[in-house]
Amino acid sequence: MEIVNYMLANWQLIAVRAGEHISIVSVAIGLAILTGVPIGIAITQSRRAADSVLYVASMVITIPSIALFGIMIPVLSLIGQGIGYVPAVIAVLLYAQLPIIRNTYSAITNVDPALREAARGMGLTTLQRLREVELPIAVPVIMAGVRVAVVMNIGVTAIAAYIGAGGLGTFISRGISQTDPRQLITGAIAVSVLAVVADFTLQGLQRLMTSPGLRT
Amino acid sequence: MIRLENVSKTFPGGTEPAVDQVSMEVPAGEICVLLGPSGCGKTTTMKMVNRLIEPSSGDIFIDGRNTKDVDPVELRRSLGYVIQQIGLFPNKTIEDNICVVPDILGWDRARSRKRAAELLEMVALDPAVFLKRYPKELSGGQQQRIGVLRAIAADPPVLLMDEPFGAIDPINREIIQDEFLKIQRTVKKTIMFVSHDIDEAVKMADRIAIFRAGKLVQYDTPDNLLAHPVDSFVSDFVGGDRTLKRLQLLKVAEAMLGDPPRVRTEDSLATAAKLMDEHGHKAIVMVGPRGRVRGFVDLNTAREEKGAVGEHNAALATTIRATENLRTAVSTMFRHDVTWLACVDEDGVYIGYVTLRGITRLLARAYSDG
Repeated sequence: MEIVNYMLANWQLIAVRAGEHISIVSVAIGLAILTGVPIGIAITQSRRAADSVLYVASMVITIPSIALFGIMIPVLSLIGQGIGYVPAVIAVLLYAQLPIIRNTYSAITNVDPALREAARGMGLTTLQRLREVELPIAVPVIMAGVRVAVVMNIGVTAIAAYIGAGGLGTFISRGISQTDPRQLITGAIAVSVLAVVADFTLQGLQRLMTSPGLRT
Repeated sequence: MIRLENVSKTFPGGTEPAVDQVSMEVPAGEICVLLGPSGCGKTTTMKMVNRLIEPSSGDIFIDGRNTKDVDPVELRRSLGYVIQQIGLFPNKTIEDNICVVPDILGWDRARSRKRAAELLEMVALDPAVFLKRYPKELSGGQQQRIGVLRAIAADPPVLLMDEPFGAIDPINREIIQDEFLKIQRTVKKTIMFVSHDIDEAVKMADRIAIFRAGKLVQYDTPDNLLAHPVDSFVSDFVGGDRTLKRLQLLKVAEAMLGDPPRVRTEDSLATAAKLMDEHGHKAIVMVGPRGRVRGFVDLNTAREEKGAVGEHNAALATTIRATENLRTAVSTMFRHDVTWLACVDEDGVYIGYVTLRGITRLLARAYSDG
């Protein structure tokens, strides 16, 4: 009851923090799609490039987020952005690469070779083939990668509160330092709810972006 | 229309050429079937025409233009292409699938969509039902029809087909082949068609090119190929029953004896017997007032009975149209246990007869000639 009262009393603050949280995740994921999808497409041309890129992306994801923030402080301090919004966005951008690159790569490589042959035989250029056939078919799988990246990084962003990036993680960090279970639980619940809502929203978006001919 | 001159292809790392010094010409409006066992180079030969595979040496001309001088993408847009796996784009509607090439060629949308609807009507698929459907909602046979329509949507003069009906069940394959031949009779494309099925080749082809280990061993009309295979490889490939296969190439009219004796209902049996004696026949067909087949009388009846033909005739088990092929004729004879058939035109008018003996003579003649 105490927690509910706290939430009701602070709903405006929760909304502001949620806004910060969404801003970090959406900007970073947006950039991650702009980089990850082209990389995923590019590496379909070479098996070796694909192996190395996916290897590096998998390594990045094994770095604990708190360590990554630590590493970035001295580096980004050089441009005066050691803490706050920028390192949070960069971390999310890096973590999101693996699911997005991997899903793009496997979706494109799994396009039925007969479709590629038919497209080539009819005189579609590589770009036309990509635009007319391969990408539309890959969209559902790429979107699945984006969903994984978003849900995962809503958690990562919560930790970014420790480097002053704001967001819903602030409730959790304050809850711990002030031994205030109300803030702690509020933060935890809000982060979880945000993750679930984001996943559902993206699922709907994924469906909208998938051609009816590909829906099962 | 399509001319290959000393075309060879050796794949990187290969020692033997996959296609070796092939020269051939497909005349405009004809279907040429490339036939042979797997790995004989027939598919490679076809794919060199639209430069999906670049020849190692030799030249290919389409309508007198060397394909080397044309941008490969341009070239492919000007040649229809159908593959065995069909390869309809699952993300596009049937309409958009058919219009792929018109769209990249920049056709006006109204024009290409109208064309798609017309094409669908040509294969008896209702445009109102099918235009907005997706490939997964169609049966395999319907999908392959769309595959063919997609290839001819931009009206290319040349069509390349890589075992287009190979993945379809035998019953539907027959139907689609017939339908395709019907379309071909109106559109008159120059077609290069890869197959490994001799029966399909005999049915579809104006000319058959037989390949073995990269070499073109025989390039001939189906009938010549079946009657005069150049070597044991070709005769083995076309099969021990090659003479039977020729039956479906020949029309009843070719074996038919025209202007036959006939009697009318009111003629007397004596007249009938006299006519049969004159021609050395054992039976004679009776026709109605407009020349339609009504029945027949045999020689014994004509000699032993008295009266008009109309009182003693027996019904004919069946008749055959002169436009049918001989395979159908022979099959009909076997089914009804007869050795001759009365031939009729589309109105049922008696125009001649065909005998089992006449058919065997016709088939044998090809062998004695050569």
